[in-house]
Amino acid sequence: MLILECPYCGVKAEETELSPGYEAHLKRFGPGSSPEEFEAYMFARKNPKGVHFERWRHTYGCGKWFLAARCTATLEVFGTYPAQVSEPPADIIAKIQARRPDWRPDWKDMK
Amino acid sequence: MSTRLAKGGRLIDRTAPVEFTFNGKRLKGFQGDTLAAGLLANDQVMVGRSFKYHRPRGIVASGPEEPNALVNLGLGARLEPNQRTTTTELFDGLDSTSQNHWPSLEFDVGVVNNYVARFLPAGFYYKTFIHPRPFWKHVFEPIIRRSAGLGKAPTEGDADRYEQAYAFCDVLVIGAGVAGLKAAKAAADKGQRVILLEQAPTLGGRAPVDQTEVDGQPVEAWLSAMESDLAARDNVTIRTRTCGFGVYDHGYVLADERVADHTPGDGRPKHRLWRIRAGRIVSATGAIERPLSFAGNDIPGVMLAGAMRDYVVNYAVSPGDRTVVVTNNDSAYQTALALKAAGLDVPAILDARDQATGPLPEAARAAGIRVLTGKAIAKVKGAKRVTGVTVCAQAGEGAVQEEIPCEAVAMSGGWSPVVHLWSHCGGKLLWDDTISAFVPDPARPPLNHDGSAMVEVVGAASGDLTLDGKPTIPPVWVMPQGAPIAYRNKMWLDYQNDVKVSDVQLAAREGYLSVEHTKRYTTLGMATDQGKLSNINGLAILADAQGSQIPQVGTTTFRPPYTPVTIGALAGESRGEIFQPLRRTPMHEAHEAAGAYFEPVGLWRRPYCYPRAGETHEQAVHREVTNTRTNLGLLDASTLGKIIVKGPDAGRFLDMLYTGVMSTLPVGKCRYGLMCNEQGFLSDDGVVARIDEDTWLCHTTSGGADRIHAWMEDWLQCEWWDWKVYTANVTEQYAQVAVVGPNARKLLQVLGGMDVSKETLPFMQWADGTLAGFPVRVYRISFSGELSYEIAVPASHGAAFWAACQEAGKALGAMPYGTECLHVMRAEKGFIMIGDETDGTVIPQDLGLDWAISKKKADFLGKRGQERTYLANPDRWKLMGFETLDGSVVPDGAYIVAEGVNANGQRNTQGRVTSTYYSPTLKRGIAMGLLKQGPARVGEVVEFNTVAGGTVKAKVRDTVFFDKDGEKQNV
Amino acid sequence: MSDPVSALNGASAQGFAAIREVGPLGMITLRAKGLKSLDKAIKAVTGTKLPAQRRIEVNGDRACGWMSPDEYLLILPYADVSAALASLAKSLAGEHYLAVDVSDARAVFRVEGDRAAEVLAKLVPVDFDRLEPGELRRSRTAQVAAAMWKQDQGFTLVCFRSVARYVFDLLANASR
Repeated sequence: MLILECPYCGVKAEETELSPGYEAHLKRFGPGSSPEEFEAYMFARKNPKGVHFERWRHTYGCGKWFLAARCTATLEVFGTYPAQVSEPPADIIAKIQARRPDWRPDWKDMK
Repeated sequence: MSTRLAKGGRLIDRTAPVEFTFNGKRLKGFQGDTLAAGLLANDQVMVGRSFKYHRPRGIVASGPEEPNALVNLGLGARLEPNQRTTTTELFDGLDSTSQNHWPSLEFDVGVVNNYVARFLPAGFYYKTFIHPRPFWKHVFEPIIRRSAGLGKAPTEGDADRYEQAYAFCDVLVIGAGVAGLKAAKAAADKGQRVILLEQAPTLGGRAPVDQTEVDGQPVEAWLSAMESDLAARDNVTIRTRTCGFGVYDHGYVLADERVADHTPGDGRPKHRLWRIRAGRIVSATGAIERPLSFAGNDIPGVMLAGAMRDYVVNYAVSPGDRTVVVTNNDSAYQTALALKAAGLDVPAILDARDQATGPLPEAARAAGIRVLTGKAIAKVKGAKRVTGVTVCAQAGEGAVQEEIPCEAVAMSGGWSPVVHLWSHCGGKLLWDDTISAFVPDPARPPLNHDGSAMVEVVGAASGDLTLDGKPTIPPVWVMPQGAPIAYRNKMWLDYQNDVKVSDVQLAAREGYLSVEHTKRYTTLGMATDQGKLSNINGLAILADAQGSQIPQVGTTTFRPPYTPVTIGALAGESRGEIFQPLRRTPMHEAHEAAGAYFEPVGLWRRPYCYPRAGETHEQAVHREVTNTRTNLGLLDASTLGKIIVKGPDAGRFLDMLYTGVMSTLPVGKCRYGLMCNEQGFLSDDGVVARIDEDTWLCHTTSGGADRIHAWMEDWLQCEWWDWKVYTANVTEQYAQVAVVGPNARKLLQVLGGMDVSKETLPFMQWADGTLAGFPVRVYRISFSGELSYEIAVPASHGAAFWAACQEAGKALGAMPYGTECLHVMRAEKGFIMIGDETDGTVIPQDLGLDWAISKKKADFLGKRGQERTYLANPDRWKLMGFETLDGSVVPDGAYIVAEGVNANGQRNTQGRVTSTYYSPTLKRGIAMGLLKQGPARVGEVVEFNTVAGGTVKAKVRDTVFFDKDGEKQNV
Repeated sequence: MSDPVSALNGASAQGFAAIREVGPLGMITLRAKGLKSLDKAIKAVTGTKLPAQRRIEVNGDRACGWMSPDEYLLILPYADVSAALASLAKSLAGEHYLAVDVSDARAVFRVEGDRAAEVLAKLVPVDFDRLEPGELRRSRTAQVAAAMWKQDQGFTLVCFRSVARYVFDLLANASR
């Protein structure tokens, strides 16, 4: 059972105090978007074995949504950070690259 | 026969005798005995029958690895099946019965399986009971079910209670043998917070039996010094009788503490499940001795050598006057010496190795014991107990060289480190040729949240089987090496599931390659002991049969729990009244007093109806509907969700959330709104009230308040974080009473305190004020089509206000009504209900709610989703009303059938019912449902299928069955 | 008008720790962030300073707890809530904030005695040995949300009103 530190209140919360919100950093596509864009927004989710960015809500605590970078294979947590960003912050990227030298961000290539 | 020795027994208290029963026989033991020790002391060598062949079985082990000696423990509400006698502490008045036999342990009918054993090979059931098909359900399955299964399931509720508790530490040490004690002390010396768990009642592990000295001190002195040292420290918690049974992600460990198993009924919880979060886990779980595979290795009296040593040293139990020891390693010599020291006879030690030259073999020879190297047991003689063994050369094919009469056999096939806890979270193993066993690979540990090793393994569990390190233990998987099939047919690998060497060899011949498949095909290691004794021996046989090596075959996956955990411990406090949270409104007790019949709505309990004496629920609902439509009804609407949304951007935010426009709603007014998810599907509805310039109050469905509040926060925190909006869920701050019916206004006037006239408070407006002195907010809204007010009061006045309404309403014909009456009335008016008319695939347009969707807004949540082309298909099922031609009620869940059949021969469908009721107002069945091309088909007659078969005809119409012009609510 | 009635009307139970429902208690949820006038506004209502992250500042029968980066829980006598809301409205006039009476939406329990922490440790996934005095922890009690802090000889625990009976039964059962 995971432990994630809520970046808002500093509590090292166990998984039962949290709610999962699945993939982070999705870009919303509303009216006017193409069927392909809307499909990608609604349905195309990453399922990597390795580094992944996720949304979690500290439901039983401060109620805030935060984001977590972790390895889906080993469950190593590289860091958690507030949700008000469209990309992972540099310090999180640096932590991931220190632990996973072969890993490269892929969102620069995203549509 | 096995008996109690006159002297010795380090764990028993001879001054404290206890009485217990086994199969109704009254037996005597001592405090400190396990049930197994007590049974052996009374010559109860045979204790059960095996699962498949019903062969007589005796005690093999002395710990949780015991496969055979399982009993039904206790009686009635304290009956527990499958309890291991080897870990059950004896107490005065203990009742036990043996399992898996009929009619008695001594004479069992099922033993006939033993004589047809050659017709019951691996996969027998899979192969045999396939044809003819109907036979499985009616013939084979009932027979197999009756003969299968181990103990009896209790028929009464559990009389005991259980609890759970959370604990936290820097270092969790599991296993309090010498290695575990040292690890605990080392961590404690560093000032770390330490929890030390030990599954047995006492500390020390095998050391007191197997060692004379630890670190140069006599073992007992070392142990007692260590124990008092640790016990005196504030940063160390020691829990005995507590088995750490599962290791999970990020240092989470579950442990089962047997608090009162040995003191039943003393008021304490029977078990306590510990949920431990540890910074680091030290697994000091020791090793389990392996049986040897020789013919008749399951006959009662054949025991693991280490276990026999435990019975002699710890409990002063003699397994019999003469014991033959058979081994492939030095440790079994300790058993021979212990037996000898207790004054018992060891006619021979049969050592499969060609040489035995270590200090222990030398000591045995010096003690006058006959040591035969290169020898094996050809066969154990005896049926219900051992009477002797025949001896052969290990290198040969079993030609008998000698027969030795004896009452017991002590066997040791080496030791397997207990790597379970290391493996639960993915720690990898290495095959160690020195000790012929799998050991943890320190280079590939299970990982913690920071990527560090989460588990460390010490002592025998790491492969260091003795305090000096690793002994050499050569592989001996079959005895003798070239044993013929007649012998292999009687060599048991898995005692509990009756899997033999020949079964695994057959599986290999039939092409089973994967160890996981072989396990399931043969059931090797699938019993309650999870293969603790059989795993490695089975792998070795499989590897050999495939011409492969054990490391290549690999192990099956180790999964928690390490030992079975009783369901009660897993449930903890969650039973009875506190099984789950029930949400109660402030009026709950009044509803109970009024005899309400409750229904669950989410976790809420709401009155479904208020039946009077002699009334069915249906009659009560009809009465409540008729009374509300003609006089006055009172509904507890407190469960309705209420969320405050405030801020300069609140209007803009609500315009994104709802399909309609909320920003233009004037202060003091109410508007009905729909919320959709991003796919455009309808997710919630409710009335929104504008409180002041920058404050709105959003009503949600009863089950939806928390979900919608979370939905709002999600968008505010993660998408529009620069918008200035705050929300607060105030659902529980208010009790809400719906006052409904022609006399509604009169009731408010009787209560008095504010003007609720048509002019001052018209439909779809709200006002603050007082009624009967209560501070209230009154919403003039209606979900029934009647003149209706929903009145919110602070929850702490809810019960009093509800009572005041009842009292003042007496002269006006007021009656409380429940949720079913509410449903019938809203259906009569054609109002939708989230969860009835919607199921997550329905857009508002399907329900004829286009009027509630803004055409002007550039964007709202779900707008893009609703623009998908398939949702504009004219063939979509749309909401319509239906009247059966015969006035009957359409069955719940009915489909509207269409011409023809589908590929499965089922009728094609063109729609389905969503709400269906008997309308007491119209005195006929009414229904709403989704129908293909619905609006174009008014007046057509369609057919709904029925539960009984056949169909019922209904005419398609609009959804408003009653008071189409809304005359009743606009008064 | 009747007197306000708390969820369980002051129920109590005695095991190895004492459990009692307290209240009715005045409570206000205040949502605001980074406002210059916030310290003064809170001081005027509770007489305490603005609590730091996860802290609760107690001043006699009044207190202010940090609930999230933009949410505070103000505790005060039940009868004083209206005046407090008016005071906040005055102090924070023109600012973006939300203050709402939640006195009746909650139930408050005291768990008291030397072994009070043991009761909570059976229900709450929190390391109570490491919970600082004056630290407010939001978590769950068995299956429902709760906030709790050490106070005097025991703990104060706040939950939602609708589950008051469930939480009371849990606490009473755990103190057996």
